[in-house]
Amino acid sequence: MKRLFGMRESLKVQSRPQIERIERRLFLRQGLSLGALALLSGCSVTDAESVQKVLWAMSRWNDRVQGWIFDPARLAPEFPESAITMPFPFNAFYGMDQAPAVDAASYKLELGGLVRDRKAWTLPELYALQPQVSQVTRHICVEGWSAIGKWSGVRFSDFLKRIGADLTAKYVGFKCADKYYTSIDMPTALHPQTLLALRFADQVLPVPFGFPMKLRIPTKLGFKNPKHIVAIFVTNQYPGGYWEDQGYNWFSGS
Amino acid sequence: MLILVASGWRIYNASPLFGFKFPNDWTLGGWLAGAMQWHFAAMWLVALCGLVYVTYGVASGHFLRKLLPVTPAALRRDVAAALRGKLVHADLRVYNAAQRAAYLGAIAIGIVLVLSGLVLWKPVQFHSLGLLMGDYEGARYVHFFAMAALVLFVIVHVVMAVLVPRTLPTMFTGRVRVPTAARSD
Repeated sequence: MKRLFGMRESLKVQSRPQIERIERRLFLRQGLSLGALALLSGCSVTDAESVQKVLWAMSRWNDRVQGWIFDPARLAPEFPESAITMPFPFNAFYGMDQAPAVDAASYKLELGGLVRDRKAWTLPELYALQPQVSQVTRHICVEGWSAIGKWSGVRFSDFLKRIGADLTAKYVGFKCADKYYTSIDMPTALHPQTLLALRFADQVLPVPFGFPMKLRIPTKLGFKNPKHIVAIFVTNQYPGGYWEDQGYNWFSGS
Repeated sequence: MLILVASGWRIYNASPLFGFKFPNDWTLGGWLAGAMQWHFAAMWLVALCGLVYVTYGVASGHFLRKLLPVTPAALRRDVAAALRGKLVHADLRVYNAAQRAAYLGAIAIGIVLVLSGLVLWKPVQFHSLGLLMGDYEGARYVHFFAMAALVLFVIVHVVMAVLVPRTLPTMFTGRVRVPTAARSD
């Protein structure tokens, strides 16, 4: 009896490596099934609230990193006029024929937020601002395509100083005649190539391209360049934006 | 990497470089903004892993020992053997010339993907880097073709591993089981 027990024990010891191997195999197989299950439910992984939270948090992290990478003194490349893209592509969240017709005579640019002089500006007053500068730069759309165009107008930094904006504030926000809205960081607002553009291709800004005024920012993606601006405000509260609130990265700097 | 490829295809679809689009079912993100969120989140993971891998590979001499040298003659011989189905990979500790070239190529493609990705993300801040690849528009093509090459590498890699399943445990554990004749089981 004692011998028999001893034999059983020794059998157990001998087969221990095999049992371990079988267990490991089972574990690996179960791991694989779990992975397969996760893949099967792949469609819902994207929508899960926790995943969305992580993605939005990463987008905010990317805003911060882009703020660090952004060099306020680095200029976007400028091109000869021969490089200008013709015809220049139209892009908005509506068709070209739906671009808002802003009445030039009654137009007033409203100012708000952390601004000392909040007097509204008429179009002739904006056209009379000096100095007016031009740039031939590349417009890059979030979709991937790019086009080179020529914009002219007033340096936005000059305008912000002129109206007594708080240049230490975090954000500048824009409201547009087509219900579009967006906002940018102050360092980009003060960048020497950020223009309050009144002209495009040496013409008064055409309706599809933002009449009477758009903000031209060659260091940001196209959708961060608001057209048909009717109000500008300076703030420390994050204002978001039409596309940004739907998931596009807020900073979207080039 | 799968996340980057699948979301990248969705981003490609928003403004295709060529006369085709990727089927939306093969993509990740649901729409352009969602795809970009995935892409710009996963890029950190892949870039960090890549950085650790390459730094370790160079610093430890792992690349030097395992991936070099690759002579053109040996490469020609091994690729020809592979196409005839006669390439041997008997000692798992030593890569043949075809493998060495493929792995070095994959590392190089990975680096090109990161650099062209940087240019696409920040064409102004990394403008001088962009000039090496034809500025923003050129970088779009570089990024696309590097993606295609890496996907091709992965497909070949997986096919080869399936053909020689003996390599699989070693790939994951890094240990080589030397076949012994005197195994009782």
